[in-house]
Amino acid sequence: MIRLERRPTPSRLWAAATPILAVVLTMIAGGILFAILGKDPLEAIRTIFWDPLFNEQFASYSRPQLLVKAGPLILIAIGLSLGFRAGVWNIGAEGQYIIGAICGAAVGLAFYPMEARWMIFPLMVIAGGLGGLLWAMIPAILRTRFNTNEILVSLLLVYVAEQLLASMALGALRNPEGGGFPGSRNLQQYPSAANVELISGTGMHWGVAAAFIAVIVAYVLLTRHTLGFQARLLGQSPRAARFAGVSPNRLVLICMAISGGLAGLAGLFEVTGPAGQISIDFNSGYGFTAIIVAFLGRLHPIGILLAGLLMALTYIGGELAQFMLGLPSAAIQLFQGMLLFFLLAVDVLSNFRIRIGRREVA
Amino acid sequence: MRKLNFFVGLVLAAGLAGAATAQDTVKAGFIYVGPIGDGGWTYEHDQGRLAVEEAFGDKVETIYQESVPEGADAERALTQMALSGADIIFTTSFGYMDPTINVAAKFPNVVFEHATGYKRAANVSTYSARFYEGRAIQGLIAGHMTKTNKIGYIASFPIPEVIRGINAAYIHAKKVNPDVEFSIIWAYTWFDPAKEADAATALIEQGADVILQHTDSTAPQAAAEKAGGVITFGQASDMGEYAPLPRVSSIIDNWAPYYIDRVQAVMDGTWESKDTWDGIAPGMVKIGEITDAVPAEVKADALALRDAIAAGDYHPFTGPLNKQDGSAWLAEGETADDGTLAGMNFYVEGLTAQIPN
Repeated sequence: MIRLERRPTPSRLWAAATPILAVVLTMIAGGILFAILGKDPLEAIRTIFWDPLFNEQFASYSRPQLLVKAGPLILIAIGLSLGFRAGVWNIGAEGQYIIGAICGAAVGLAFYPMEARWMIFPLMVIAGGLGGLLWAMIPAILRTRFNTNEILVSLLLVYVAEQLLASMALGALRNPEGGGFPGSRNLQQYPSAANVELISGTGMHWGVAAAFIAVIVAYVLLTRHTLGFQARLLGQSPRAARFAGVSPNRLVLICMAISGGLAGLAGLFEVTGPAGQISIDFNSGYGFTAIIVAFLGRLHPIGILLAGLLMALTYIGGELAQFMLGLPSAAIQLFQGMLLFFLLAVDVLSNFRIRIGRREVA
Repeated sequence: MRKLNFFVGLVLAAGLAGAATAQDTVKAGFIYVGPIGDGGWTYEHDQGRLAVEEAFGDKVETIYQESVPEGADAERALTQMALSGADIIFTTSFGYMDPTINVAAKFPNVVFEHATGYKRAANVSTYSARFYEGRAIQGLIAGHMTKTNKIGYIASFPIPEVIRGINAAYIHAKKVNPDVEFSIIWAYTWFDPAKEADAATALIEQGADVILQHTDSTAPQAAAEKAGGVITFGQASDMGEYAPLPRVSSIIDNWAPYYIDRVQAVMDGTWESKDTWDGIAPGMVKIGEITDAVPAEVKADALALRDAIAAGDYHPFTGPLNKQDGSAWLAEGETADDGTLAGMNFYVEGLTAQIPN
């Protein structure tokens, strides 16, 4: 007989080991899935996890793309993780990402075609961060003032942001020289507003740099600063936090501001870089995937960094597997979903001990 | 050193695969906006891909990637496909226009074919079908069939291709039924069964008994079937599983001849950049079977219209036609030129809705 016994404290060993175990289990279950689809499972796993990094034909292109894809995921997930630790559930990063992109792009387009990169790009960055921050303030203030549920409000505001995005791409920000087609001017072709690669051919753009800086700052904040301590305390024991002089409302506002601001920045760096323009379907789900990344990384900055890179790897490797092996895109999405599923499933090992044998009579 | 070898190899490989030289085998890539099982737009492009495989057998290898978002991801998908050694890549949605042009500039020895766009380069061709010819026939049937005089239209994006379709359908519905009204819902997606079904249901609740769609899934067909008393038309593909009701006819995109032709050109070393815009006459647009739910005389009218368009005797945009604001567009007997049609950004007179702006 197998039964679970709760550990007195979560196992540190298992907490570190479960993400790796989850990846291994995903590979096994994914391999079975690919085999059922009639593909060589080893080849499929190799294409997803190995080829983007080391394939002679692709790797020199795919490796930089890994950073391009991981950058926004890490940046957003770092912001979310602080709130998640404090029990502040910002599910609407996708919306804050959109609004950040719109605000930043609008500032840049307002200056078009003036050339003054030293001023325009920094202003756009500020506008992008501020846009995301203010959008996140809506659920934050509604929660602190009227005790509404920030999960619902922030999530529903994503759909509002999407509508706003569509109207911007069709109206105010539409490229007047675009022949009536929706979408703004291409910011990459506007030198004062372009988010260029910092070192050519590495994929390292300002957004990726910002993500790395965010990882370091979050690490310091979490381990050395009272804010990190307060966030953890509030998440684990709201009552104790109140006794320790933590103001829950203040912390809600701070957590939402940081996560919204970082999501807005991610949007700004994306619209000025890889995406290039405000279009109707500019957002591609980074805000939601970042939630998976935050949990996959155990809400820890270093963990999030690794999880973001891993997630990017499954995206890029998944694309390669699609056209090289003819795997359906749904199978790749299923594969990514399995990763979160197994992570949550094996989480049980860090909180429980598996006992095999009869229950001892106490 | 290894890196250097790699680059030397790349340069050699690039030199050997010159675009204008004949080659024995061709690797053809396809980028799809939806899943190949959408039953509509992407499904038909994939049928074209399969026809290429069948036509050339061992001499061709095809690869494809489905559900590629129209944005930053498209550029990567295209680059990776070009790096994998594809000789010709078909990008089958409007939103791939800029990514196609960008990637094509980096791979001068790979040729690209972009569907429904207007930007070309030395190694980028564009192609599309005159779907509006089929829309004219749909409009005629819709105008005859509606009892409530309300026709619902599920539109995707306010781009010229879609606006052209709305105009062509409206003109020919109005011609046979002066009381007809169009309600248009913009779904802002090419493929999203849930959104499409919602749009269809909303239109039906507003009294529409004919649903036209410019989105790619069969969800509106299912919604119409559930509501009952509503007719629909297959979009991009026959959607024959919903015949004879609600689906009474369809526009079928037939890409196979074009794809075979272009792959052959790469094989022969005769590929050149060009713009192709074919309609019913060359067979790029086909009209699916008109079911018995349509009265015989209406069916005869519809088939006569199809044949007149195919024979070149009739153009769906023939004056007198005014723009929505009442200003004159085409004089009596005048037909629209391709340039105006390609960039169409206005409704014709009589449509009451506004193009989203």
